[in-house]
Amino acid sequence: MKLFASLLLCLCIPAWAAGTNAPKPDIGKGGQCVEDVQWMRKNHMHLLKHQRDEALRKGARDEKLSLKNCIECHASTKDDSVIARDDSFCVACHRYEAVKIDCFECHSGTRKSAWLQRNAK
Amino acid sequence: MSDIDLHRRTFLKTSLGAAAVAIAPGMLLFDTAHGKPQPASGKVRWGMLIDTTQCKSGCDDCVAACNRENGLSGATGATDSQWIRKVEIKDVSSGRELSLPMMCQHCEHPPCVDVCPTTASFRRADGIVLVDKHRCIGCRYCMMACPYKARSFVHEPLHDQNPDVPRGKGTVEACTLCVHRIDQGLQPACAEACPNQAILFGDLNDTDSEISKKIRSVASVQVRANLGLNTGIRYQGL
Repeated sequence: MKLFASLLLCLCIPAWAAGTNAPKPDIGKGGQCVEDVQWMRKNHMHLLKHQRDEALRKGARDEKLSLKNCIECHASTKDDSVIARDDSFCVACHRYEAVKIDCFECHSGTRKSAWLQRNAK
Repeated sequence: MSDIDLHRRTFLKTSLGAAAVAIAPGMLLFDTAHGKPQPASGKVRWGMLIDTTQCKSGCDDCVAACNRENGLSGATGATDSQWIRKVEIKDVSSGRELSLPMMCQHCEHPPCVDVCPTTASFRRADGIVLVDKHRCIGCRYCMMACPYKARSFVHEPLHDQNPDVPRGKGTVEACTLCVHRIDQGLQPACAEACPNQAILFGDLNDTDSEISKKIRSVASVQVRANLGLNTGIRYQGL
């Protein structure tokens, strides 16, 4: 029983600790268009990876699941980006979890409308 | 498990959507301006017919349009990417001079696809030859295999790319036939920009398309036709 109690305590401490300094990303406009928040936290990478092959190799561009569409709503309303700051939508959690993403070495992390405005000739 | 369920759900959704379209012909309400969820059709073969008699020497509007559309620097640095270039040729015996744009010829049997060790270089169902940069390891075999010198390697880190045209260091890239525009129902940037309408874009498989009609009525050639690659880009007056 004592062992069980200490085990329970051990399990509770990280949960409590995580609750206090969990990342607080700037979700931009936010809103739900695909699945609920908890599901997306767990599975967004599978959606993105599936979608990238469908879109690029087959040409099936499901706009709702496209990275561009994610950025459209989740880019910060302050700087139109999901990667510009430490609390930007993608950066906040990925830094906290120490998972390096290389999406944005090629993909733009900026909202298309903002990009167009900046690059208007 | 939830992953599998999701695929099932999206599949059912798309089938329902397709059924709705099938029972309501003439009432196609899809907003094509944002790309279609249906994959590219194998019945289509995108191609171009370039009229070299209308292509003016010294004009590089197509090159500038390509650079602007795809976020290329315009080949100002020694290793900068170039997707389309103007070529000036001269027949030494007759002195006849010609100017034409040269880019990826979107072959039916592309050598770049044959040599790619990671299947990053591939041919989409509608005939567009692309590089899947998620798989490209930057070995540059395709650049050596291409008879048209159409591909470039990105040597330096890039910033602020066009959200529709992802490009990055360490991968090979080439003319995509503006695939992001084609999927929106637009024509490639170079074809749109040409002041003399020397670049005719269309479906080579559709016998009623403007490009097919013109190819039937005027003499056109494929560059290096002897290689049997069956290019999608054809030249008139060459």
